[in-house]
Amino acid sequence: MPQALEGSQALAYAVALCRPQVVSAYPITPQTHIVENISKLVADGKFQCEFVSVESEFSAASVAFGAVMAGSRAYTASASQGILLMAEVLYNIAGTRVPLVMTCANRAVSAPLSIWNDQQDSMAVRDAGWIQLYCADNQEAVDTTIQAYLISERCELPVMVCVDGFTLTHTLEPLEIPSQEQVDGFLPPYHFARTLDPARPISSGTLVSPDHFSEARHSHHQALLKAAAEIIAADDAWAALSGRHYGGLLQQEGPEDATIGVLTMGSIFGTLAEAREEGNHAVRLIRLRAFRPFPVDALQAAAAGLKKLVVLERALSPGGGGILGSEVRAALSELEQPPAIYSYAVGLGGRDVPLSLLGAVLERIEERPGERFAIFDVEVEKLPHEDR
Amino acid sequence: MKRDEASNSIAIKVAELRRRPHRFQGLASGHRACLGCGEALAARLVMEAAGPDVMIANATGCLEIFTTPWPESAWRVPWMHSLFENAGAIAAGMEAALKAQGKTTKVLSFAGDGGTFDIGFQSLSGMMERGHNVLYVCYDNEAYMNTGIQRSSSTPHAAMTTTSPPGAERMGKRHLKKDIVSIVAAHHIPYAATTSVAFPTDLRKKVRRAMEIEGPTFLQIHSPCPLGWGTEGEESIAVGRLAVETGLFPIIELERGQLTGVLPIREPKPVIDYLKAQGRFRHLFQDHYKAREELEHLQALADHNIATFGLAGQGVDRHDSSGINRVQREGVRSA
Amino acid sequence: MLNVRIHGRGGQGNVVAAYLLATAAIEKGLYAQAFPAFGAERRGAPVIAFVRLSQRPVRRRDQVRTPDYLIIQDQALLHVPGVLDGLAEEGRILINSGRSAEELEEEFSRPMTPIPATALAKEHLGRPVPNTALLAAFFTLTEVLPVEALVDSLAGRFKGKVLEKNQQLIAAAAGYFAVGAWNKEQQHAASA
Repeated sequence: MPQALEGSQALAYAVALCRPQVVSAYPITPQTHIVENISKLVADGKFQCEFVSVESEFSAASVAFGAVMAGSRAYTASASQGILLMAEVLYNIAGTRVPLVMTCANRAVSAPLSIWNDQQDSMAVRDAGWIQLYCADNQEAVDTTIQAYLISERCELPVMVCVDGFTLTHTLEPLEIPSQEQVDGFLPPYHFARTLDPARPISSGTLVSPDHFSEARHSHHQALLKAAAEIIAADDAWAALSGRHYGGLLQQEGPEDATIGVLTMGSIFGTLAEAREEGNHAVRLIRLRAFRPFPVDALQAAAAGLKKLVVLERALSPGGGGILGSEVRAALSELEQPPAIYSYAVGLGGRDVPLSLLGAVLERIEERPGERFAIFDVEVEKLPHEDR
Repeated sequence: MKRDEASNSIAIKVAELRRRPHRFQGLASGHRACLGCGEALAARLVMEAAGPDVMIANATGCLEIFTTPWPESAWRVPWMHSLFENAGAIAAGMEAALKAQGKTTKVLSFAGDGGTFDIGFQSLSGMMERGHNVLYVCYDNEAYMNTGIQRSSSTPHAAMTTTSPPGAERMGKRHLKKDIVSIVAAHHIPYAATTSVAFPTDLRKKVRRAMEIEGPTFLQIHSPCPLGWGTEGEESIAVGRLAVETGLFPIIELERGQLTGVLPIREPKPVIDYLKAQGRFRHLFQDHYKAREELEHLQALADHNIATFGLAGQGVDRHDSSGINRVQREGVRSA
Repeated sequence: MLNVRIHGRGGQGNVVAAYLLATAAIEKGLYAQAFPAFGAERRGAPVIAFVRLSQRPVRRRDQVRTPDYLIIQDQALLHVPGVLDGLAEEGRILINSGRSAEELEEEFSRPMTPIPATALAKEHLGRPVPNTALLAAFFTLTEVLPVEALVDSLAGRFKGKVLEKNQQLIAAAAGYFAVGAWNKEQQHAASA
């Protein structure tokens, strides 16, 4: 029987089920409800952990890092400015190759100040060396959080579970919360091999000369590539337990013989899926669940036969264009007959992404063949004349 | 040592009793510090007193760089370095984890004055405010030495660094040295103290004291840097001693914010003795009214310290600035 | 799929009303989704929340632009631009107001169903929170869910005396209308 839960509340339950011993966080909209709910679980004695209410996101990530190094499973969560403030630590955590799970309640990055959803924050740290998984709905956010611990501990890599802020975190819907037995069976107790221990002292985080730095980076890169198999395995194993499956690295819907595809990440997918059914559009919808590692092979297979592929993303690189769009374009350029890529940013800073988007996009690519990049839902009349 | 079964007694030779037990060496020799490095010596002394059941979070800085050029490490205790500004927070995370695991290993945090007074100040403050059981040790060499001697908020007034150079318009650093120990003590932590590498007995005693306290403790260790201060390697201890004996670096203890102990100065020395010994104050000895003014200013600062903290000694005291490091022939030894 | 938009003011329990409505539906085996039009509004500012009720899983995440029903927690909000936007031709408006349906229709040129929810809440709870009474009325008028479903989902939030008072309030508000009144009118209109 599903429970009526707000996404953040469900995420707090999911985190508690994974039994991290240390949780550290600094509040930021729209992540706040997650850590508030965790605090309440701790206060009510329903979740045994050291909850460290730190003085900044920089310390939130640092405390979690220190906790992992001292041998505990740990958790943190943030968004937007918080992700950027902890960016230096995020690189450091990944470079040290430690297992850690965090939630990014995706939100736009200032300026201009916006508390609303887009994915600029996690995109800004895409090169930090974390595994990044993007969730389409709250059930997936719950299940992915649990899977993330397994993936993280198997790969000795940190995992960022990206959940669209407000759009998911503040939405109440029917959700299945797994039992403690299910999660315990899926996620065994873990011992980090490089734990700091007075009985077997090691030094971690040392200075590495140019003689060895490239090798460290190579191993880190390889570890991320190898993580793809663990992401698939974790999703399969969880499906066997729960009956819920998210496609591993990516998910597809729609007719196999479609020649037009629309690719996205995160919660836009559900809206596109309903739009496709409602409008009976002959398009193949592709959703990247894993952005790091970037699933080149799976993507090439999913895009086979497509003549046109529209990439919709909630972020952009000003002066460059689409971030996801560029990566998809590069990955598919290896195909013998790569589809024409249309890269669009949508839903920036919380702009509502309506059901009508899909139809509008399909019209647009007919009208403007070869359009390389645009912010799709920009309203021209609101722009100063010189920018139109 | 001999046991006599008949009388059920043991006999020990006096020489055997005098032999000191081998001190724990948490920081081994062979690291890459400069000769005469005050910080390296201070860290060695801290580890001698702290013992092996510890875990260290080390901020970026000289200590981190010279002890761990991969794949070598001079540490014989579990040690990690993360970043420049998060030693307090990393230590807090370690402590939270150990607490959750029911372990009693003491967490130490090591940072220089840059990592403590400046960039790491926030995470230090957060760690102390939350009451983590961490001993935070600041190795204070009064500038950013790791990057080549730039001023920090710990750099003394009028000292020359590469970012506070003297010139026609300036007499070195324009601002005062931040009173970090008072700021730290204002967090109502159980124990905050200063010490100097030139007073190893005092240093070790304070480390042991802090190790026994459950809760956040703080130790600021004045650590001469030959390169940054413009001294010879063999002068480090002598210079460090002068900083204390002039009153410029007061050795004090604060418990829950209250002053509870000082190292009395037997015979206060003029600050000129201290300043003349170092290249970083050389510009103060030119024939210029501004230089004379700064010398007066620095002497006034020392006098102020002596008066404020009650540093003036009362005659000969076995535990004052001259007595504390002398071998106590009568068998009393505090370290 | 039924689409509901709830208008209220910050601090009035607007999101709570949306969550309660969706919770009651989910607990009765329906699919539902509720979310606020996320804002940075402080107390007293106009706020909006959305609810979708469906027999099938709800996957879309966009805001409700063409609601079937509007629940308005404060009649003064009718003067805020956009409050009535997108309401379907045959859409219904439930409004917290002490005025008569005729008066309201004359002023705003749309039929509305008023209930003095604040007054009822003051009477039964001693606090001017209109949302529970409005939901009780909504359930009664639409029959999307039995009024007991609201009591059940409130039982998850309150207990003892507070729950008892809320039950009285729900009964009083439900008693204002005939069960399925909106549906019967619709059928009546359709057969006319």
